[in-house]
Amino acid sequence: MRRFSFAALLAEAANAHQGWGRQWRNPEPKRSYDIVVVGAGGHGLATAYYLASVHGITNVAVLEKGWLGGGNTGRNTTIIRSNYLYDESAGIYEHAVKLWEGLSQELNYNVMFSQRGVMMLAHNQHDVQSLKRHIYANRLNGVDNEWLTPEQAKDFCPPLNISPDLRYPVIGAALQRRGGVARHDAVAWGYARAADARGVDIIQNCEVTGLRRGPNGAISGVETTRGFIGARRVGVVAAGHTSVIMSMADVRMPIESYPLQALVSEPVKPVFPCVVMSNAVHAYISQSDKGELVIGAGTDQYTSYSQQGGLHITTHTLDAILELFPQFSRMRMLRNWGGIVDVTPDRSPIIGKTPIEGLYVNCGWGTGGFKATPGSGHVFAHTLATGEPHKINAPFTLDRFYTGRLIDEAAAAAVAH
Amino acid sequence: MLLIDCPYCGPRPEVEFRCGGEAHIARPAQPADMDDKAWAEFLFIRSNPKGVHAERWIHQHGCQRWFNALRDTYTDAFIETYEMGTKPSRLPDGRTTR
Ligand SMILES: Cc1cc2nc3c(=O)[nH]c(=O)nc-3n(C[C@H](O)[C@H](O)[C@H](O)COP(=O)(O)OP(=O)(O)OC[C@H]3O[C@@H](n4cnc5c(N)ncnc54)[C@H](O)[C@@H]3O)c2cc1C
Ligand SMILES: [Zn+2]
Repeated sequence: MRRFSFAALLAEAANAHQGWGRQWRNPEPKRSYDIVVVGAGGHGLATAYYLASVHGITNVAVLEKGWLGGGNTGRNTTIIRSNYLYDESAGIYEHAVKLWEGLSQELNYNVMFSQRGVMMLAHNQHDVQSLKRHIYANRLNGVDNEWLTPEQAKDFCPPLNISPDLRYPVIGAALQRRGGVARHDAVAWGYARAADARGVDIIQNCEVTGLRRGPNGAISGVETTRGFIGARRVGVVAAGHTSVIMSMADVRMPIESYPLQALVSEPVKPVFPCVVMSNAVHAYISQSDKGELVIGAGTDQYTSYSQQGGLHITTHTLDAILELFPQFSRMRMLRNWGGIVDVTPDRSPIIGKTPIEGLYVNCGWGTGGFKATPGSGHVFAHTLATGEPHKINAPFTLDRFYTGRLIDEAAAAAVAH
Repeated sequence: MLLIDCPYCGPRPEVEFRCGGEAHIARPAQPADMDDKAWAEFLFIRSNPKGVHAERWIHQHGCQRWFNALRDTYTDAFIETYEMGTKPSRLPDGRTTR
């Protein structure tokens, strides 16, 4: 791997930038690997990277039916925060934020992680109580989160409308200053490049169509559109398609897949300094470094794999955005799209073993897993390498839906992310 | 937005309806006899197919009646609607109709 540096940049500048070359290989699949990861989204690529970098396991393939980062990783609104309510969640999301803080250096790839602050608005008494409860719970877990009055919220985010005349006036806010955004594509590319450099094969246009099991019932490999590929262990990291893949081994999952939409405006000069979210009116917004306003809408009410949601869902979010930020009413929206998110009953992920030996799953991140990418990959790599969960993902079992030990973040994540 | 054919009122826009999730998950007749596995199946486990799916809808802002539907989750096209308590003309096998 050619390292990116100021010196490399200077040298390439003199060379009209002709020498950068490809950042990862496009290998043919081998007949078998120690570990096969299904799905080259951020979580799958991060898993492969940490398998190689932390555990020294490099005989690894990441199989992707489309192109790497083309799933939810490349479709999300990139909000990163760790102020979740329960200890287990604070544990995994805060683990991720700590890794984000050093990620660009670690990968030698600028993932443009920007801790510009994530502010969640309160519009009614219930919001106030719930956000304050989160703030206290977060502090006990060493996660930063603080309460702001409407005036302080406006100081932090000047475009915010705090007029009491709003239909749902802003009566306070919770701010996680260490939260922010990152460049989604760069996260996939950075992990891909670093994993590839350590010998991991990233195989695109290779759809998994079956899970093969040996005579003892344990997994022995995967059927793909490019032939059978053997593996001692298989990790399924396929987001919205998890149920489809697990059904190939007759494992039924506590997951439903829904379209979730986002949209961006035409690019404008910097007008929006942070991330603002509101559960009550359902809106979240930030501005990308390119200048586009990035706006997230909700999920549709029915399950779907169509990667497009209903228009009324986006207009509903835009209504809410314009209440809070009326100055954006003349902005033109450039693009909108959908991704298929894997929603669990308790809105927490599933990271660990399945009833089938050698088959592991990392899924259920639903509407809010981008923020967890480094942490998720890190603990899932541990799980795949050792066969046992890391202590951070130990509570996030598939089994919890049978024992009843749920991690019920549904209220915390009533709005996506 | 989907156009949904209410069996009682005819085609109406999706915003008049609420989706009630997967159909044919019967409430346990003897809750006390259920073990953890049976409860998990009933409460949490879902088929979630990419293809034909049986689901319940209510025409909330219309006749307010529940009905079942077969819909292809890949194309979002409705295949048929049928009354509560009845079975569809084909099985929701998860295979797409495309
Ligand atoms: C509109 C939208 C906005 C969002 N906003 C946020 C946000 O602001 N903050 C946040 O934290 N999260 C957000 N999320 C959620 C976040 O995007 C996801 O939780 C996260 O990106 C999941 O990453 P992943 O790597 O698991 O999945 P993906 O990136 O979806 O990767 C899964 C991969 O598996 C591949 N695959 C599927 N089936 C097969 C098969 N049979 N064979 C081979 N490969 C297969 C897919 O092609 C895909 O590339 C948002 C999601 C959406 C859709
Ligand atoms: Zn009707």
